[in-house]
Amino acid sequence: MKLDSKVPSGPLEEKWNRHLKDIKLVSPNNKRKHKVIVVGTGLAGASAAASLSELGYNVQTFCIQDSARRAHSISAQGGINAAKNYQNDGDSVWRLFYDTIKGGDYRSREANVYRLAENSNNIIDQAVAQGVPFGREYGGLLDNRSFGGAQVSRTFYSRGQTGQQLLLGAYQAMMKEVHNGKIESFTRHEMLDLVVVDGKARGIITRDLVNGTINKWEADAVVLCTGGYGNVFYLSTNAKNSNVTAAWRCHRRGAAFANPCFVQIHPTCIPVSGDYQSKLTLMSESLRNDGRVWVPRSKDDSRHPNEIPEEDRFYYLEEKYPSFGNLVPRDVASRNAKLVTDDGLGVGDSGLAVYLDFRDAIKRDGEDAIRAKYGNLFDMYQNITDENPYKQPMRIFPAVHYTMGGLWVDYNLMSNIPGLFVAGEANFSDHGANRLGASALMQGLSDGYFIIPYTIGDYIAGEDLKVVGTGHEAFSEAADKSQKQLDKLLAVKGDKTVIEFHRELGKIMWDKVGISRSKEGLESAIKEIRALREEFWQNVRVPGEANYYNKYLEFAARVADYFELAELMALDALDRDESCGCHLRDEFQTEEGEALRNDEKYSFVSAWEFLGVNGKLETKLHKEDLNFEFVELKQRSYK
Amino acid sequence: MSEMTINLKIWRQKSIDDQGGFQTYQLSEVSEHMSFLEMLDVLNEKLIKEDIDPVEFDYDCREGICGSCNMVVNGSAHGPKRLTAVCQLHMRTYNDGDTIVIEPPRAAAFPVIRDLVVDRSALDRIIEVGGYVSVKTGAAPEANLIPVEQEVSNTAFDYATCIGCGACVAACPNSSAALFTGAKVAHLNSLPQGYPERKRRTIAMVDQMAKEGFGDCSNHGECEAVCPVGISISSIAEMRKSYLKAVL
Repeated sequence: MKLDSKVPSGPLEEKWNRHLKDIKLVSPNNKRKHKVIVVGTGLAGASAAASLSELGYNVQTFCIQDSARRAHSISAQGGINAAKNYQNDGDSVWRLFYDTIKGGDYRSREANVYRLAENSNNIIDQAVAQGVPFGREYGGLLDNRSFGGAQVSRTFYSRGQTGQQLLLGAYQAMMKEVHNGKIESFTRHEMLDLVVVDGKARGIITRDLVNGTINKWEADAVVLCTGGYGNVFYLSTNAKNSNVTAAWRCHRRGAAFANPCFVQIHPTCIPVSGDYQSKLTLMSESLRNDGRVWVPRSKDDSRHPNEIPEEDRFYYLEEKYPSFGNLVPRDVASRNAKLVTDDGLGVGDSGLAVYLDFRDAIKRDGEDAIRAKYGNLFDMYQNITDENPYKQPMRIFPAVHYTMGGLWVDYNLMSNIPGLFVAGEANFSDHGANRLGASALMQGLSDGYFIIPYTIGDYIAGEDLKVVGTGHEAFSEAADKSQKQLDKLLAVKGDKTVIEFHRELGKIMWDKVGISRSKEGLESAIKEIRALREEFWQNVRVPGEANYYNKYLEFAARVADYFELAELMALDALDRDESCGCHLRDEFQTEEGEALRNDEKYSFVSAWEFLGVNGKLETKLHKEDLNFEFVELKQRSYK
Repeated sequence: MSEMTINLKIWRQKSIDDQGGFQTYQLSEVSEHMSFLEMLDVLNEKLIKEDIDPVEFDYDCREGICGSCNMVVNGSAHGPKRLTAVCQLHMRTYNDGDTIVIEPPRAAAFPVIRDLVVDRSALDRIIEVGGYVSVKTGAAPEANLIPVEQEVSNTAFDYATCIGCGACVAACPNSSAALFTGAKVAHLNSLPQGYPERKRRTIAMVDQMAKEGFGDCSNHGECEAVCPVGISISSIAEMRKSYLKAVL
């Protein structure tokens, strides 16, 4: 396997524009002869589909939801970053680039991140033109708020529903193209395999989730925008149907999987309440603008939080990180929440929570001002916990939220399988070992609106893509394989449900491949994952039939893939003998408990090649060295 | 933590060709902290172990924003709590021994796929004919070039917040999608970016609504009462106003 990042040469500021000048174009007459498949209709997928269709390509979109508008991007709350410098606080493309690469703890490509920062301003322009109702000031101009890991205010927002509004903008742009007859949209269709012919991605296999039909689809290129794999942990802030299957099946067909162990654990989520818990709910990071994080100073303080006086409160983030305080990056905030709860200072029934307190902000600005900013989040919190956060502090705890790892892509967002492009959370490209808040929306839309539409043309113009026909044996082989796997799952008829297996797998992952990892823990996790995977195939109980709507069959196939991914994540974490960003290995910490990188040995992207599963996952590690030409690698400090 | 026994009466229908009917189930050890959908998860785990097909229902984010869930609970779309999607409903709303009747959202334009799962693609087709601003990628002017009054922007947001769940249709005696359609029309027509296309948009979307088999609005207001995100019925007035201006 050869990994060529294809990063253009030249000064950082000129790379993307030079590249745009150099890449090949497809003439308008020829674009209509080409078909592109876009899988997933979140921010990356919907924006890519709309933009490709506007350019003249024939586009087919596929999503598992009943409408393209329901992709999980819809749940993003807080905002989207852009380097507009509307606040005149000294922001610039360079600063956004620098914050993002530093926030990612220097484990991403300089050129990709710089391009992301460059595109950020266009995204805001595009969204506003689509009618996305961003928050505005009295003068009618756009407002900003602050997010973690930055000392400027550059986050644009639509109350606590920024993802919803941006996705609806992209979805509407996509529906406009459906109306124009250039996009064919298939909903309730799940991609089960990638079809590779002569080494190139030439189509996909899907299952119609309503009646179980397996379908074959041919195209000149496939764009995978299928999101992240956080649900491998069972409990996460991801939507219940978010899954790794499409990406994993591409991995099985030869696409390298990069940095699988880089998982973001978001610091501000509502704590687990019981065994029946099906998912965790995020409370936007924006709350840390006004909320203060604390725990009682002493272990056995059983007083109601409102009764605990100032001197007995441990505002651990403010004390440890005076310059960023409560606005440290997510990995730092999550790790510190774990540290204080490990020390027995946690609050609530389970002891697995810390306080996020708005008392002082309410005193300062008034309850109405806080309600105007965060009303919907406070309502959501109260609805779930039955506690009033205007009157007492919220209880929060970290939860799995986002996966920085994903399929390996080059600068053109193409995987190592020619013709397979990967955008949004599904790729590994821009966030390194930790993603800053309000950067996921930015990346999804940058990839979809402003990168893929150009780079796909370069690929198509440079290839001789003859029609292969879905009758080709590669299509039949992939379709048969998909059907057989589903039949096999249904035939086991064991004793344990898919959810029971998934929950057990999630517990192994959370305990041993979660906020902190150790050699010993990872080695035992790998053994446990293998054993549980064996048991899964012997003893899973999948109800119903393959030719009807059957959600538990969908889950079963996805959990089967999680079992393989889980092992790869543990292997990757074990291989990386350093701490960086969200990847904290107990053995590699500074004296103050911060992540201790090893730039000499681990300044690379780990890209894993799939070789097979036979009791254990057979895999091979390839390395793409990260070369930092423009920034100096430093120990991240938010103190 | 108190635990309850709940009696469930749930609509079961294997496919669109099946006639369907209610089945009753009893579920014990229901925690007051469970969400309503978690209660159904627990029921399904039990059914699977008993070799009974689990109840199919749509859900995804479980945070009240994706709009996937939309079941009708005791006759009310999304259940008894105002401004709350059924995924955000918690069992503390109920008492030990309660009977809960759960049905799919019923409308001619929403054919049943299985149990509580329906086909709502008609709503997508309403958006398809005009629920957007026709701006191509890359053609947008600088974002702050057109100031928008804060109040106008806030009102547009209030309409744009629609999650497209279809509860308004299920609750309406006419099975009208006027609240859904009105919300998108009002969102886009009220903004300077959406203004140029307002006439074409409004006529196309209203016409499509009728074509899909949704009824017309006769001001019952049930839609507003069940809307989990509080879309105001004033959106329908805005749509009517835009429509009249467009056709006159």
